[in-house]
Amino acid sequence: MPNQLIKKYFRMDKLPHIWCPGCGHGIIMHSVIRAIDNLGLDKNNVCIVSGIGCSSRAPGYLDFNTLHTTHGRALAFATGIKMANPNLDVIVLTGDGDSSAIGGNHLIHAARRNIDITTIVFNNNIYGMTGGQYSPTTATGDKGTTAPYGNIDRAFDLCDLAKGAGSTYVGRATVYHPNVITKLTEEGIKNKGFSFIEAVSICPTYYGRKNRKGTSVDMMDYLKTTSINVKSLSEKEKWNNIEKIVIGELYNMPASEYTEKYQNIIDIFEKQSGNMSR
Amino acid sequence: MDNVKLMQGNEACVEGAIKAGMRFFAGYPITPSTEIAELSAQKLPRYGGRFIQMEDEIASMAAIIGASLTGLKAMTATSGPGFSLKQENIGYASMAEVPCVVVNVQRGGPSTGLPTSPSQGDVMQARWGTHGDHGIIAFSPSSVRETFDITIAAFNYSEKYRVPVILLMDETVAHLREKVELPTDEEINIYNRIEPSNIKQEDFKAYRVRKGNTVPTMTPFGGKYRYHVTGLAHDETGFPTNNKEEAEKLIERLVYKLEKNIDDISLYEEYRLDDAELAIISYGGTARSAKSAIDCLREQGIKVGLFRPITIWPFMENKVIQLGKKFKKILVVEMNLGQYVLEVERVASKYCDIFRYGRVNGKLIHPDEIISKVKEVYKNA
Repeated sequence: MPNQLIKKYFRMDKLPHIWCPGCGHGIIMHSVIRAIDNLGLDKNNVCIVSGIGCSSRAPGYLDFNTLHTTHGRALAFATGIKMANPNLDVIVLTGDGDSSAIGGNHLIHAARRNIDITTIVFNNNIYGMTGGQYSPTTATGDKGTTAPYGNIDRAFDLCDLAKGAGSTYVGRATVYHPNVITKLTEEGIKNKGFSFIEAVSICPTYYGRKNRKGTSVDMMDYLKTTSINVKSLSEKEKWNNIEKIVIGELYNMPASEYTEKYQNIIDIFEKQSGNMSR
Repeated sequence: MDNVKLMQGNEACVEGAIKAGMRFFAGYPITPSTEIAELSAQKLPRYGGRFIQMEDEIASMAAIIGASLTGLKAMTATSGPGFSLKQENIGYASMAEVPCVVVNVQRGGPSTGLPTSPSQGDVMQARWGTHGDHGIIAFSPSSVRETFDITIAAFNYSEKYRVPVILLMDETVAHLREKVELPTDEEINIYNRIEPSNIKQEDFKAYRVRKGNTVPTMTPFGGKYRYHVTGLAHDETGFPTNNKEEAEKLIERLVYKLEKNIDDISLYEEYRLDDAELAIISYGGTARSAKSAIDCLREQGIKVGLFRPITIWPFMENKVIQLGKKFKKILVVEMNLGQYVLEVERVASKYCDIFRYGRVNGKLIHPDEIISKVKEVYKNA
């Protein structure tokens, strides 16, 4: 089955990918492709947008309309695409630094507008491509090349952030749970509005090594033992449990979508003037 | 008389843009460009177009690139500090060859500077604001009617050469109200991007340049072909490459696709230049003062003429060299402490004496100042 998916959705001549051995990003990419396949989306109608970083190399491997933008700006480019042609299925693949540091402003405003874009964050808690500097999701106390004495920043909870900013669909999974990533992505794409999925990934090369987290197998094992399904938590615990990685569908509250609201404005004038000159 | 109107430069810019086919505008409010966003918000949905106020200028620039990639003609408008923020993605549009129009109603700088005062301080920023080697087109109109015409030209050149075009306005023209007679639709030429055809998806190369051309054809996302777009150096397939020859070939083409077509892109006006002894070079709002100074000086028997570049970039090198050879003296007048004059000096200083006059206090240059400067130049002969 994976082999067929690769033939169907990957640009075979662009493989192998450049991700390090043990990296979790390939799992996320595969999970997203399975969601697209399950939904039966038309390849010609899907537009995948990324920023810069390890995660953001993904669109290059995928056979859709793909756009590799500037660092942090994926959601701003995607907003232009979706607004200009609301018929396209727009999916953003981004990283923790890309989406929440340099792109933090674009993230909160895309969520606030509730524009119909599905965003999947490949969160490996580190800047991998530039060689291991701390990101807004690096845990306090952890080390990075720019935090040689331990990180004193406090970490973002990306799902909290996305919900607070107005996302109408929020979910989290880890690369230990690829089926959950697929399910959440499917639901996110189906949600007519801004959907945010955090996929917790692993970076054995920079984050793991620097912080003595062991091999990628050890890191996967950590994700397994530290994750807890949201269904087993109370509503209060769902947003306040910081000891565990809470996975599953965290928020699902559809609301009126941005491009549809704008279309209503266009429709007013179309009705008024009938055959208007374009 | 429907086409006779009283309007300001910013308004003419929007009218021209819509005539040119603009159907997408993304922006962030900043003085003195705000009327462009306001009018676009008002007008676009009436034409089935779309307006969005983004969270900042960086996002606005990104959004118009995204919109252009779906096939819509797209524009953004800003002023000084906002123009600085847009530079990152102006570079992206240059590299990925995405047509778009960026209006910069210049204001005094640096930084937040003089928000509501005129300036021509962004001549060099328009050329070199983003990093790396690349070509750029920038136009500077002098009147309200010309703002209408040049906005249309900006869209046409942008589509034709797949390049971001900068409309380098100044507050003098942007907020000036004039009676204008707009052209009829028959009098307006519109250029639409050329789409590739008769190619199979497997053989499609998004950045393939056919023999004899300098610009690849372009197809919208969601159209006939799936392809990849990146800001990285790429080969003709559109995919990133570290191959030195490929990268060099690309970047040279980005520069030379404009340099080689400079005659097509060069727009200018000559005023009372034929029998002149001294040439003034001035552009935008400042050129209006220069014209009136020339008329006064002529009455006093001093033969002065004007060369008014409308195309600021690419620099009209041959044209300015000709001026240098013809005139013993050239005076460059601009609302900055010397930007366009640097290029004039670069190419013409071996043929003639070049003088400059400019200032940066946020007041536009009065004809009297130009008259005294011309007299001083003559005295020093």
